[in-house]
Amino acid sequence: MDIMVLLLALFVLSLFLGIELITKVPPTLHTPLMSGSNAISGITLVGALVAAGTGGSDTLINILGCAAVALATINVVGGFLVTNRMLAMFKKR
Amino acid sequence: MPAQLVNILYLISAVLFVLGIKGLTKPKTAVRGNMLSATGMLIAVLVTLTDQQIVSYEYIIAGMLIGASIGAIAALRVQMTAMPEMVALFNGFGGGASLGLASATYLSILDGANAVVESANPFGEGILGIVSLTSIGLTVLIGGLTLTGSLVAFVKLREWMKSSFSLPGGPLANAVLLLAALGAIVAVCLDPSNTTAFWAIAAIALVIGLSLVLPIGGADMPVVISLLNSYSGIAAAFAGFILGNTVLIVSGSLVGASGIILTRIMCVAMNRSLLNVLFGRMAEGGEAVDADEVYGGKVKSTSSDEVAMLLETAQRVVVVPGYGMAVAQAQHAVRELADVLEERGAEVEYAIHPVAGRMPGHMNVLLAEAEVEYDKLVEMETINPTFEQTDVAIVIGANDVTNPMAREDKGSPIYGMPILHVDKAKTVVIVKRSLSPGFAGLPNPLFAMDHSLMLFGDGKKAIHEVTQSLKE
Repeated sequence: MDIMVLLLALFVLSLFLGIELITKVPPTLHTPLMSGSNAISGITLVGALVAAGTGGSDTLINILGCAAVALATINVVGGFLVTNRMLAMFKKR
Repeated sequence: MPAQLVNILYLISAVLFVLGIKGLTKPKTAVRGNMLSATGMLIAVLVTLTDQQIVSYEYIIAGMLIGASIGAIAALRVQMTAMPEMVALFNGFGGGASLGLASATYLSILDGANAVVESANPFGEGILGIVSLTSIGLTVLIGGLTLTGSLVAFVKLREWMKSSFSLPGGPLANAVLLLAALGAIVAVCLDPSNTTAFWAIAAIALVIGLSLVLPIGGADMPVVISLLNSYSGIAAAFAGFILGNTVLIVSGSLVGASGIILTRIMCVAMNRSLLNVLFGRMAEGGEAVDADEVYGGKVKSTSSDEVAMLLETAQRVVVVPGYGMAVAQAQHAVRELADVLEERGAEVEYAIHPVAGRMPGHMNVLLAEAEVEYDKLVEMETINPTFEQTDVAIVIGANDVTNPMAREDKGSPIYGMPILHVDKAKTVVIVKRSLSPGFAGLPNPLFAMDHSLMLFGDGKKAIHEVTQSLKE
């Protein structure tokens, strides 16, 4: 149980940290912020990898795990690449 | 790898995400910030791949190959005008990933393949089991509604679906659905093996996503995308609770917070509450304004030559872009016009309303693509006092955000919405296809003012013609 309370504390503090950080992002960068945070939310890949790799024989579990890996990877790869592409345009001048 | 080391490496990647977002606070450091976040992601993924629970790699490799190819192709091909659709779709994928992950975890724990604790309840004794199952239920709920909600948003942004319609029952039906989903979560907590209740959570979540976003119109999309962005993060954070994974919790809540802030900014910029955007229609207040009464005989049409003549003597020009500029792909034409004006010694700036376009920062990205320097893109509060010293304001594809009724007419549905004071400029040129109203469905008295000129036509072509006549 102690660990759950710690995780909850981590969750709440990270929310506050996020709010403090993101209020400082200028409107010009709001679209890259969104696609960048898309990429970061692809962190579910970490959980999806475990779900897809447990090696069980249940087909449904394997398919769900594999789908989760694929979707999260789209977010990670696509998110970081497109953000990079956009930010490069801001940097040019 | 020992658990302590894994957690320390997760901590490092969480710190890299924080530094990455911090980098986004300045255009100069933004690219490096994005690289830092990507490095954090790489560390987290590599660490996880060494996890002892992972025994087979075929599904992992298949999933990653499919995902990486789709992601890379989408990211490299997408047009900047289509960014809102892409972000909407990616929000949905994020939600879908959380949904898949939570379902797979639930089923495999149930199978006893990797019981958290060896006990009667495979999800843990007493309160621990309840916390674990609640996290699973909430992840499924939020992940599911983010998935379908985002898909609807995507379809609407692609303009494959033009009309908005509500499912029977309106907000009340949504409340009932939400209660039903929460009830199903309680049922799963009471009896973890109740798979029917588990799938009911998923099914209801998918329906909530549809009924939440279907009734919302195009111009409210900036709010919807921001909100779904937030949900995709929250779903990831809840998934972190299921797995007791710190990096998921930290990064999920960072994304959740980001979405919340953007949602708030968008709502403030429209002078509407979040509940009003989600469930309300535009206020029906005031007497209906008749378009003919506002426009009748007072609208002056102009030609590109005439606009070019005006611009010849202009010292200061402000461009006011809106969604129409994105539709017409006119950002490059606008930049060319600005270049010619600047060569002639005029000062050109761009007035950016927070909700111009279909997502936060949409106009900024389009103009950045056309290589407009970002310090020429001026925010509403800063540029508004300067309109009085502006010789020509060129409104291209914007409508409601320039409507003076928001400032003057207390009975107007949009009264109180912050607007760009375009009408204070000496001359206003409005590039528009027709006199059709914007999303608010209101006529815009700006178009009928004495110092306003309408340049009817396709934005890209019209601006191009003005540039040509100015050069001659």
